[in-house]
Amino acid sequence: MVQLRLPKNSRVLTGKTWPKPENASNIRKFKIYRWSPDDDENPRVDTYFVDLDNCGPMILDALIKIKSEIDPTLTFRRSCREGICGSCAMNIDGINTLACIYGLDEVKGDVNIYPLPHMPVIKDLIPDLTNFYAQHASIMPWLETKTNRPAKEWKQSIEDRKKLDGLYECVMCASCSTSCPSYWWNSDRYLGPAALLHAYRWIIDSRDQATDERLEDLDDPFKLYRCHTIMNCAKTCPKGLNPALAIAEVKKLMVEKTN
Amino acid sequence: MNNADRGNRPLSPHLSIYRPQLTSITSILIRITGNALIVCVFLIVWWLFSAATSPQYFEVVDGIINSWFGTLILISSLWAVWYHLLGGLRHLIWDRAIGLDLKTAEYLGWAVILGSFLLTITTVVILW
Repeated sequence: MVQLRLPKNSRVLTGKTWPKPENASNIRKFKIYRWSPDDDENPRVDTYFVDLDNCGPMILDALIKIKSEIDPTLTFRRSCREGICGSCAMNIDGINTLACIYGLDEVKGDVNIYPLPHMPVIKDLIPDLTNFYAQHASIMPWLETKTNRPAKEWKQSIEDRKKLDGLYECVMCASCSTSCPSYWWNSDRYLGPAALLHAYRWIIDSRDQATDERLEDLDDPFKLYRCHTIMNCAKTCPKGLNPALAIAEVKKLMVEKTN
Repeated sequence: MNNADRGNRPLSPHLSIYRPQLTSITSILIRITGNALIVCVFLIVWWLFSAATSPQYFEVVDGIINSWFGTLILISSLWAVWYHLLGGLRHLIWDRAIGLDLKTAEYLGWAVILGSFLLTITTVVILW
């Protein structure tokens, strides 16, 4: 349901301003969303100052620097630091992306960092992705076959394999789904761009034999059709994928199925 | 599914912090113009209704319609009609799963915006 205002316990207050580093000439201001489950306070935005002459080039480098040198309580997920694990997805400078592959030089002015939008917050920049993962599981993200198992492997032509390009690269970081206004208002029933991109990835896989069941399952006013082609998903995907296109392809197949 | 035990967890900010995108703005404008046009429809029905009632009543309503405020509403509505129409055409293209790459999608977005203004000006010039 559309609810433009945040619930009372979620409204963001102004937080603490942390001291500037000494003897630094190239300072950048970071405003970062903070919330801890350990007290009863509302979320707040803390201000940090980072010496860029002494910091790696990416947003994640700055976050790690803040955590190790200024405020060890700052909490965020990160792992691979090269855009393949999808852990450090967050809202940076108003768009969702991976902190590890988003350059400090891509942001003009102060760097505003929030958790992925419209998600329950576990702590600071860490959202609860339980529902997001459950939706991914619901589209059966695996190869479904009915015929007998071949002696060696399930074969696929080069052309058919090409159809998976632009789909299989998804790292499930949730940037797209949490950028989608439709997903904000209906995430309980609308599957969202990430899960639908994965659904399409299996629907067009030439080896998969459950295409009809997959389409049948998506034939629902909410699961698929809450996509209104707003395209925030494609615009924000840190891997340059296009969930909006994948969803349009599914809708097209749905029409062809009915005819 | 999303009612998994979340305790007193806050909801992270969304609309207030997400940077508006060309594609998202052109999308919500389709809905806004569609709804706003309902007001215009009521206005025109009221105008016709008054014409069918009495000359005195028509004079009053016609005065409102032809006031600067009425003209402003009608011209905005004209723009809304064009915008809604072009936005709808863009959706028809997208429904064939074409024009969805970011470059074309944004190009179509500008085409809808500029086209709606150009067509509004053209219509006003022709009808005035």
